[in-house]
Amino acid sequence: MSPSSLHLAVALDGTGWHPASWREPVARPRELFTAGYWADLVAEAERGLLDFVTIEDGLGPQSSRFLDPDERTDQVRGRLDAVLIASRVAPLTRHIGLVPTAVVTHTEPFHISKAIATLDYVSTGRAGLRVQITARPNEAAHFGRRTIPRIEAYDSPESQELVADLFDEAADYVEAVRRLWDSWEDDAEIRDADTGRFIDRDKLHYIDFEGKHFSVKGPSITPRPPQGQPLVTALGHQTVPYRLIARQADVGYITPQDTDQARAIVAEIRAEQEAAGRADGLLHVFGDLVVFLDDDPAEAAARRDRLDALAGEPYQSDARVFTGTPTQLADLLGEFRSAGLTGFRLRPAVLGHDLPAITRGLVPELQRRGAFRTAYEADTLRGLLGLARPANRYAAA
Amino acid sequence: MSKPLKQIHLAAHFPGVNNTTVWSDPEAGSHIEFSSFAHFAKTAERAKFDFLFLAEGLRLREQGGKIYDLDVVGRPDTFTILAALAAVTEHLGLTGTINSTFNEPYEVARQFASLDHLSGGRSAWNVVTSWDAFTGENFRRGGFLPQEERYSRAKEFLATTQELFDSWHGDEILADQASGVFLRDAKAGSFVHTGQHFDIQGQFNVPRSPQGRPVVFQAGDSEEGREFAASSADAIFSRHATLEGGQAFYADVKNRLAKYGRRHDQLLILPAASFALADTDAEAEELARIVRRQQVSGATALKHLEFVWNRDLSSYDPEGPLPDIDPDVSENHISKGRAQVRMYRDPLATAREWRELAAANNWSIRDLVIHTGNRQNFIGSAETVARTINEYVQADASDGFILVPHITPTGLDAFADKVVPLLQEQGVFRTEYEGPTLRHQLGLAHPDETPAEGRLAS
Ligand SMILES: Cc1cc2nc3c(=O)[nH]c(=O)nc-3n(C[C@H](O)[C@H](O)[C@H](O)COP(=O)(O)O)c2cc1C
Repeated sequence: MSPSSLHLAVALDGTGWHPASWREPVARPRELFTAGYWADLVAEAERGLLDFVTIEDGLGPQSSRFLDPDERTDQVRGRLDAVLIASRVAPLTRHIGLVPTAVVTHTEPFHISKAIATLDYVSTGRAGLRVQITARPNEAAHFGRRTIPRIEAYDSPESQELVADLFDEAADYVEAVRRLWDSWEDDAEIRDADTGRFIDRDKLHYIDFEGKHFSVKGPSITPRPPQGQPLVTALGHQTVPYRLIARQADVGYITPQDTDQARAIVAEIRAEQEAAGRADGLLHVFGDLVVFLDDDPAEAAARRDRLDALAGEPYQSDARVFTGTPTQLADLLGEFRSAGLTGFRLRPAVLGHDLPAITRGLVPELQRRGAFRTAYEADTLRGLLGLARPANRYAAA
Repeated sequence: MSKPLKQIHLAAHFPGVNNTTVWSDPEAGSHIEFSSFAHFAKTAERAKFDFLFLAEGLRLREQGGKIYDLDVVGRPDTFTILAALAAVTEHLGLTGTINSTFNEPYEVARQFASLDHLSGGRSAWNVVTSWDAFTGENFRRGGFLPQEERYSRAKEFLATTQELFDSWHGDEILADQASGVFLRDAKAGSFVHTGQHFDIQGQFNVPRSPQGRPVVFQAGDSEEGREFAASSADAIFSRHATLEGGQAFYADVKNRLAKYGRRHDQLLILPAASFALADTDAEAEELARIVRRQQVSGATALKHLEFVWNRDLSSYDPEGPLPDIDPDVSENHISKGRAQVRMYRDPLATAREWRELAAANNWSIRDLVIHTGNRQNFIGSAETVARTINEYVQADASDGFILVPHITPTGLDAFADKVVPLLQEQGVFRTEYEGPTLRHQLGLAHPDETPAEGRLAS
């Protein structure tokens, strides 16, 4: 593979990222809750040799509002658990990485750690995790263990403090999860018939994690997964989440609107990475883009207009929204790369349309330019991303 | 007139963390790689079994303050492995043991509803109630319960998840592309639950799944456990797989159903059972003897005695007599993380009984553990095993069995090839699956066809 190769992931959510996407003839909205629907999407992504798919999730109904449910009936509502979807499709695929979302504000690190380790076993080394926090009071009420105060003004000191606290907790969470993955050394299972010992218990470790919000004893009940450390990823829009990415992630997703902004964010993340003592570690920074792709740019624009009209309002996103041809998108990705991005997570506006446009339009275009792989070159997700299998932190050197 | 033949239910327990698994056998493969689970599940499905069963333990067991290293250690996450198995099977039910103390209802309901969707209606939940602080150290809630609250939380947990499952009726998703109506009802999934253990409200975000709710199993043997099962479960995973023990348990639990307005056929009794199968009965007896000695090494025998004695017995000779000191009856500090079994709750009586047994038979410590421990339930040729299983079921010792082979992952192969055809010939076991969902295999009604009243009455 050429050293200039970029990495590509695709973000799967419902029928696509445009809220009216489900109304397109290709959308299959009645099949959203079937295994076949997800298996087909991931198979398509794998046909395009993509590095991985992410699968969105949430602990409450989707909403067009940031913090509250909206009670709308004209958009897709309802979701299956992302880890289970990833696991259900794992045996049907061979190469592509599977990165489900976990909402770390309410789930147990012990449970997520073993779930992702197991996803790594069932996919033989292709598991990852996207960590997400939630500040939604309604989702906290689904658990009833803690109340999350309502954010009234985003820039008020109280809400800044709340968000910073939730991200600190997420950093602790990832730390606990990573220690649990290392809590078994790779060769802990010895099956020594002579002494009757199945494991060498000196190679199992209590993680003794103590944080502000929780503690976890360990070791995991699941042995160290094939990749040692499955991929950890997170999305960030501001310094606080950039710090989480810099401290704990293997891949960070950012949402720059242009190359200057991309360059500035990458510089900020690299500085945080250095401050966290990880300057030498390979940390990918991916740009997130929503994409409407057609062979004719006017067609893509018309499609976007048509969907906006169905939705009753213009589509807005945290990420830049790209409308155009695969060739134009390849140009844009090239520009962004020069600003220091190492890959992209594309969010198809309509999965049934824009995912095949990525795999059958964008990918061949990138390949022509020598900027994307022509065959899977590794068996594990870390391998695809050029990340070494990490040494176990507990193993005696 | 004789009563009509009962149909036998058969399921397979993936052999893992327990002292029945013989990991030292040259045939024994990985207990953690997916290929093992896939092989095992496909064998169970080839044999037309009702379901595959996974146990769970949320902390590695310890003995004398150290991680227990003599049995298989380590297992995968239950939901994740079952979802993956849904991809390599079509009809087999997928039963996961999930603890009600170290989880939250909203999350578990989402996971089971998701598994039910992703498997086309094959999910089942074995609700267990292990409650101890030792396990709680792995959870951020620091969660543990006083023992007497384990079933009160379990009962409310189960009732709450059922409220969540029932918060969708199944007709809400219209997805009409022309009119632009995706949801018929903006309030789909709304719930409010106020109780002793959970105060939660909001909207459940997984639409109603093919089975409506997963099939519910209960495992636990106390008075409260039996009442919980009689009031709320579709099936029991029990320990009582001998003829007399099984019959007593069967009668006891089935007789409790009436008080909850339920019929005998609304709760299946499915004990765990192990087997030794060979070409002849004599060879099977020999195999059973060898397996028992593999399962119980001298070191294992001493550890086993330590659970009861609650003392370090490492200085004793496993080939010698039982300790003449009594068990330490203070809080158990030797053995941690084992499911609590009643045998260990009256250690003095158990020790007395075991000493008498050993003396009467001239048994060493190891002999005693071999004889009192996991004796294979069904030993013999395929003909003998098929006949015995059928006799037990027809005599109401159970409604079938959850088989626990001693080898991973091939331990079911011979049973599938040799015993199942005989049961089919006798007309007591299916030759084709009864329908797409696990409820079809178990002969259980879809929850929408039975009124919910009478269930979960507290
Ligand atoms: C046959 C059987 C199987 C069990 N399997 C598990 C298990 O896999 N995981 C677990 O945490 N507890 C398991 N338990 C323990 C029960 O959940 C429960 O904690 C314990 O038995 C106490 O309930 P009881 O007093 O009603 O027996 C099992 C119990 C029985 C009888």
